[in-house]
Amino acid sequence: MVAVSMIVNGKDVSGDVPANTLLVDFLRTTLRLTGTHVGCDTSQCGACVVHVNGSSMKSCSMLAVEADGAQIATIEGVADGEKLHPMQEAFREHHGLQCGFCTPGMVMSALDLAEKNPNAGDKEIRAWLEGNICRCTGYQNIVASIGAGIKSMAE
Amino acid sequence: MYTFDYQTVASTADAKSIYDAKEDPTYLAGGMTLIPTLKQRLANPTDLIDLKGIGDLVGIAEAGDGVEIKALTTHAAVAGSDLVKAKTPALAALAGEIGDPQVRNRGTIGGSVANNDPSADYPAACLGLGATIVTDRREIGADDYFTGLFETALEPGELVVAVRFPAAQATAYQKFPNPASRYAMAGVFVAKTADGVRVAVTGASQSGVFRWTAAEEALAGNFTKDAVAGLSLDGDDMISDIHGPGDYRAHLIGVLTGRAVAAAG
Ligand SMILES: Cc1cc2nc3c(=O)[nH]c(=O)nc-3n(C[C@H](O)[C@H](O)[C@H](O)COP(=O)(O)OP(=O)(O)OC[C@H]3O[C@@H](n4cnc5c(N)ncnc54)[C@H](O)[C@@H]3O)c2cc1C
Ligand code: FES
Ligand code: FES
Repeated sequence: MVAVSMIVNGKDVSGDVPANTLLVDFLRTTLRLTGTHVGCDTSQCGACVVHVNGSSMKSCSMLAVEADGAQIATIEGVADGEKLHPMQEAFREHHGLQCGFCTPGMVMSALDLAEKNPNAGDKEIRAWLEGNICRCTGYQNIVASIGAGIKSMAE
Repeated sequence: MYTFDYQTVASTADAKSIYDAKEDPTYLAGGMTLIPTLKQRLANPTDLIDLKGIGDLVGIAEAGDGVEIKALTTHAAVAGSDLVKAKTPALAALAGEIGDPQVRNRGTIGGSVANNDPSADYPAACLGLGATIVTDRREIGADDYFTGLFETALEPGELVVAVRFPAAQATAYQKFPNPASRYAMAGVFVAKTADGVRVAVTGASQSGVFRWTAAEEALAGNFTKDAVAGLSLDGDDMISDIHGPGDYRAHLIGVLTGRAVAAAG
């Protein structure tokens, strides 16, 4: 077992885990933060995207021990209590989801884009979503949601 | 995943001494190849030695007329580097097309060249520009470094510390990504240098990244798309799989080379 501690959504957390524990399993199983999803076994779907020290990463493709000492943000930390984050609100408003399985990863990925490129248009949004797969929506409304989300974050 | 022990190191010397002391260790950099491999149980190392604590293995600096990129520099950092964009724009563009943003936020140049995946992008840039792979014990020219599929000149435990890219007069990289994996079905890096033209091809050949010498010779006297229009490669030497037969990949290389030359101008 290895001791790990990190800051998740602003709270100090720690635990003892086997070295081969994935970050996503630490979040979901140890911390019971089940908003972060696992959609594939090949590091390609992006359902597991969280922020590690401010950048979006696939929590299924890193070890919990690699996140020791890091700042982690998951979908659970995005809303302000009952009040949705503007990006979440945009997904709701623009029907950016159907089953919702991909949505936590989409939102976390979109928030990283909003931070890095607040002027992103459709082309940049589509390119950025390379690593986020949605089986339901056909992406059209996701792209519209993210565009609207980025705009309302700037207001 | 099988079980393993994990440790971090703070220097290349520590990495090496721990490597030497363990039974079947593996270095861990960005993990964007290694972790998926472990998840599929395709590897069973006794120890993971995480290099990410070695602070002096990160960064990009001018070196001669070109750039030196330290091994732990992420693809995202290379893609966003003003220095790389100014010196070798095709290299920054190549890094920006690797996988997806989350892979680029984590994957490193050292891991990519150490792994030498036959469909990876960086090997084409290294061979196309005639880069030097700097390790903890020597410097290896790209022509001698990439030796086959997932094979390199690295000895067990030898650490890539940096890759040094010379400048070129004109460069371009053209990649035809597999629509599902985003790895190259074929990728061609063309560089026009003071010493001639270099054309490196990744993604396609059964023997890994290679230089297309016939195209280099044709382009030396006439750096235009037309110079390579009549050339062809043998489809039997190319990878044939569910994504495309060898003849298709051979054809792609010709098309992409023409496009790269046109883009390099
Ligand atoms: C979904 C997905 C899509 C991808 N698409 C592409 C793509 O389009 N093009 C592309 O080129 N790549 C692609 N990759 C691979 C990615 O670029 C990896 O980041 C890269 O191949 C390996 O770098 P790493 O830092 O992640 O290495 P790791 O996974 O940590 O290590 C890979 C191997 O290299 C060894 N190693 C690592 N660093 C060193 C070092 N400094 N010295 C010696 N040995 C070392 C390790 O021991 C291991 O054997 C993709 C990966 C994923 C998951
Ligand atoms: S679960 Fe699919 S990329 Fe992480
Ligand atoms: S809404 Fe169902 S997978 Fe995207």
